[in-house]
Amino acid sequence: MGEQIDMSVELAGVTLKNPVAVASGAFGFGREYGQFFDLSQLGAICCKGLTLHPREGNPPPRIAETPMGMLNSVGLQNPGVDAFIRDELPFLRQYDVKIIANISGNTPEEYGVMCEKLSDAGVDMIEVNISCPNVKAGGLAYGTRPDLAAEVTREAKRHSAVPVMVKLSPNVTNVAEIARAAEDAGADALSLINTLRGMRIDVNTRRPILKMNTGGLSGPAVLPVAVRMVWETAGAVSLPILGMGGVSTGEDAAQLMLAGASAVAVGSALFADPWTPLKVRDGLMEIAVRQGLSAVRALTGGVRPW
Amino acid sequence: MPIQQICTVAGMTRLDASTWWMVLEAGKLVEEHGLRGGQFLHIKCGDGQLLRRPISVAYAGWDEPEDLVTLIFEVRGEGTRWLSRRKVGDELDVLGPLGNGFDMSKEGRYLLVGGGIGVPPLMEYAERSKPPKAAVLGFRTKDKAFPAIVSRFEEACEKTCLCTDDGTLGYHGFVDGQVRDILAKDNSFTDILACGPRPMLKSVVKVAAEFGVPCQVSMEERMACGVGACLGCAVKMKDGTMRHVCKDGPVFRAEEVDWDG
Repeated sequence: MGEQIDMSVELAGVTLKNPVAVASGAFGFGREYGQFFDLSQLGAICCKGLTLHPREGNPPPRIAETPMGMLNSVGLQNPGVDAFIRDELPFLRQYDVKIIANISGNTPEEYGVMCEKLSDAGVDMIEVNISCPNVKAGGLAYGTRPDLAAEVTREAKRHSAVPVMVKLSPNVTNVAEIARAAEDAGADALSLINTLRGMRIDVNTRRPILKMNTGGLSGPAVLPVAVRMVWETAGAVSLPILGMGGVSTGEDAAQLMLAGASAVAVGSALFADPWTPLKVRDGLMEIAVRQGLSAVRALTGGVRPW
Repeated sequence: MPIQQICTVAGMTRLDASTWWMVLEAGKLVEEHGLRGGQFLHIKCGDGQLLRRPISVAYAGWDEPEDLVTLIFEVRGEGTRWLSRRKVGDELDVLGPLGNGFDMSKEGRYLLVGGGIGVPPLMEYAERSKPPKAAVLGFRTKDKAFPAIVSRFEEACEKTCLCTDDGTLGYHGFVDGQVRDILAKDNSFTDILACGPRPMLKSVVKVAAEFGVPCQVSMEERMACGVGACLGCAVKMKDGTMRHVCKDGPVFRAEEVDWDG
């Protein structure tokens, strides 16, 4: 019966064989989780965030568990865009899966340079991160001001031959405003949510667990925030949305799709269970079967708000 | 290559209020995937915790029968508390083998240095047949020097020195004092193999360097994925790069670690 469901979805003109991607930062460049399952079973891989030059990231501790979630302050540790293209992309290209590179820049110009390199190298899409809570320069600053978000989006679009998806921060008062700024500047898609800024303190030592004091919250605890923000964003723009934040079941994914997402990404749920993305895919298919849908994409935007 | 293995609890012994000796049926982990002491298993601790718990392996395929894994762990929080409540016959969702373990050659001579719950990951190394070994084991107090663990070292090693922070057993003081005494008489060890809290490792590495003895250290850091994907469990190296306890460790060459980082 499952075979009758069309699981494919479109995201900014790119066809994903199913709506389940893995989120940037949770999946490295695929090598580790590729030991557990065939990466071709995924709809897309959002690669670990890249910067123009290599970065060692933040000092440890970088991880703190929280009720049904976790904080991280990895701080964009990555080998740089050139090493990604040389050492990692050929590995990923062995699989039948869409590759979405994720980039962060210190300046709008850096985003442009990286877009040029990555679209020349043949990634399927570029996710422009303007919402990393763990780095001082760029990152979150671009994601909290509409004018800066627009400037980065324009620069990325000008230098990219592949669709540009802008990753939005939940750490804003009005996400619709930032979403519209990115749409007006030419973005092809939006992804949200990045992590929520948070903090945990050891009451005995009175020290924050994270060496950077604060970090980004992810995990099942943030799902309702993600659903709400996807819903608000979908109401404000006509761009396709990759929804993420706390997805660990097909039901979670269906909520994000009903709120307006065309596809979803699984992040920290991978750490509990490496096979989560495949279980989410199967769970979505079961929901489609149960609801008599012929295509899973019919879920997108189907919420019936009061 | 790591696999997921559903392991049945074969033994559960309480060593004291917070320390447990757990034996698991290893399934394919030992025979087909080469799990050994010093590596770790990433264990799902119920549905109430998002993250798995990395637990060091004391013995893998060393006890009889050979398809068992021994874990000795301390209750530190909700995850390990859940783990401590498992009963014989319960099943655990385990990822492993993960991490590298110590490097030990048949020709070498080794000084094993363990502190607290860092002692058990050295047990299998103490008993590996050929190389002659000495051990320095440190505990907070006499009650934490469990005979079930200490006796294994005393039987297997040429010499075993015990120390306690409060002087209730053996030498009164930290392990680095005893390591210094041993190395002052004899610094011909191939390697020191050390496992324990970071301040202990740092002090042992300092003494080892004074006497020109190389040192392997097993390190701890807060961990998420356990497989090298999330880059959470970082350790800063002397060359400024970050390496990761789960994938590059937990054992590192001491001279490569930035001890002030």
